[in-house]
Amino acid sequence: MSEQVPIVDYLVLEESPYLEVNECTNCAARFFDRRNACASCGGTDFVRTRISNQAVLTSFSIVHRAAPSVPVPFVSAIVKTDDGTSVRSNVVGLKDPMDAELGMNLVLATYSCGTDDDGKECIAFGYEPV
Amino acid sequence: MSGDSIWIIGASMTKFARYEDQDAVDLASKASLEAMADADVSIHDMDVLAAGTLFQASTSMGQRIQKQIGQTGIPAYNVSNACATGATAIRTVYLSIKAGEADMGIAIGVEQMGKMGLLSGGTKTERNVFEPSGRYGAVMGVDGFLGTETMPGVFAQAGMQYAYENNGVGFEQFARVAYKNHKHSTLNPLAQYQKEFSMEEVMGAPVQSYPNTLLMCCPTGDGAAAVILVSEKKLRSLSLETQKRAVKISASVLTSDPFVESGQVQPDVNTLTKNAASQAYEMAGLGPDDLDLVELHDCFATAELIHYDNLGLCEPGGAGDFIDSGKPFRDGSMPVNVSGGLISKGHPIGATGVANVFEVATHLRGEAGDRQIEGAKVGLAHVIGLGSSCGIHILEKAS
Repeated sequence: MSEQVPIVDYLVLEESPYLEVNECTNCAARFFDRRNACASCGGTDFVRTRISNQAVLTSFSIVHRAAPSVPVPFVSAIVKTDDGTSVRSNVVGLKDPMDAELGMNLVLATYSCGTDDDGKECIAFGYEPV
Repeated sequence: MSGDSIWIIGASMTKFARYEDQDAVDLASKASLEAMADADVSIHDMDVLAAGTLFQASTSMGQRIQKQIGQTGIPAYNVSNACATGATAIRTVYLSIKAGEADMGIAIGVEQMGKMGLLSGGTKTERNVFEPSGRYGAVMGVDGFLGTETMPGVFAQAGMQYAYENNGVGFEQFARVAYKNHKHSTLNPLAQYQKEFSMEEVMGAPVQSYPNTLLMCCPTGDGAAAVILVSEKKLRSLSLETQKRAVKISASVLTSDPFVESGQVQPDVNTLTKNAASQAYEMAGLGPDDLDLVELHDCFATAELIHYDNLGLCEPGGAGDFIDSGKPFRDGSMPVNVSGGLISKGHPIGATGVANVFEVATHLRGEAGDRQIEGAKVGLAHVIGLGSSCGIHILEKAS
């Protein structure tokens, strides 16, 4: 099996993949990127925390026009995980993009999104209907 | 009337269009000279100049304009603040007068975009080696894999979030916003597009990012606008005609986006607008019911709908009913974007925040021609730039 890398560093590729955040130890605000200080409270201590794979679709857009390198259509989504973290990704696994529905229950899913010249495989994540 | 109010005595905008024979400096100079002529003043009366542009932010736009309209040595501030650039230029002059450093100044907004297309997204690069980089450790551009980075999509999501939280909001309500603004634009000779479309045409246009179709998205384009601001004391030294046509700036507010949980994945265009609106209403001693017209930031139809709520023009959660009721149409009780809005009038980014102040001021002066809202005494101009920044000005007719 070829070497795999996650598309972003907050996707953890274990047997059961999940997302990880930097959580402020003072106010529990969560960030996917590194922060110099917390945007919510100003605290400077963070702890790596795993977030839930279960989520609800709180907003989406069916994108038909994008840069030439981006395949369309796709369903861009804002989801909220069971433990209260908003995530931006795509809804995947729909037969028809118009099947996306506000409030639908989703779960994290991963898929291959390309291979580099060294044969390294990139793994992206989306959310699919439960 | 407080003795330290700040007034607009001159305003001008170029028609928004795509200009092949004029550059951004030409457009800005034209708007500036016309605004000064409108106020019956000259460059020698100006104590300060602020020039706003986004895409030419590092080109000393203010000084380049001065080379065309008069190099008098006054301070020139070059301003860039996303789609709130124009409002920020106005506030720069406003603050200079408030601080007592200037009695009179000119704020200019300009942009030349041509057919720029989508302004963001497509950062996906065909990198041959997947190595993590940037603050998210991304090994490739993520647009299209982890959601959309394009503006039609981001603002579609802002609207759909509102639809998720409020009943009675959907594709048809969003489409009706665009129907209204295209209809309004037919009366505005300064608008980039002046064509009415039926609801069927709006809803049947090619989908950019559902629910935004092509006719629900603002175009890119070129244009400039300028306003002349004076202190109250200075105003009283000017001609009675100038005083009579002067428009009072009853509120001038700029906010940025406060922390919200979802802000890292979806820009929050609501909270900073609500904050700016409440500050502006308090500063002006007025409420939404006092407004005779509103020019708000309808970069996309989905955006206009949610700003009805954010600006307090409708009941909380009632933006869908508000558009369905016809209230924001020009013959309704709360006319919104009678200029045609960004959707039809156009959105040369740096110019937009000055152009909407021009529009409101022109109605308050009773000089808006065919599109005049009769008897308008109070109006509000709103812009929002992603990042984010929100500018609101409330203007009142001279009493």
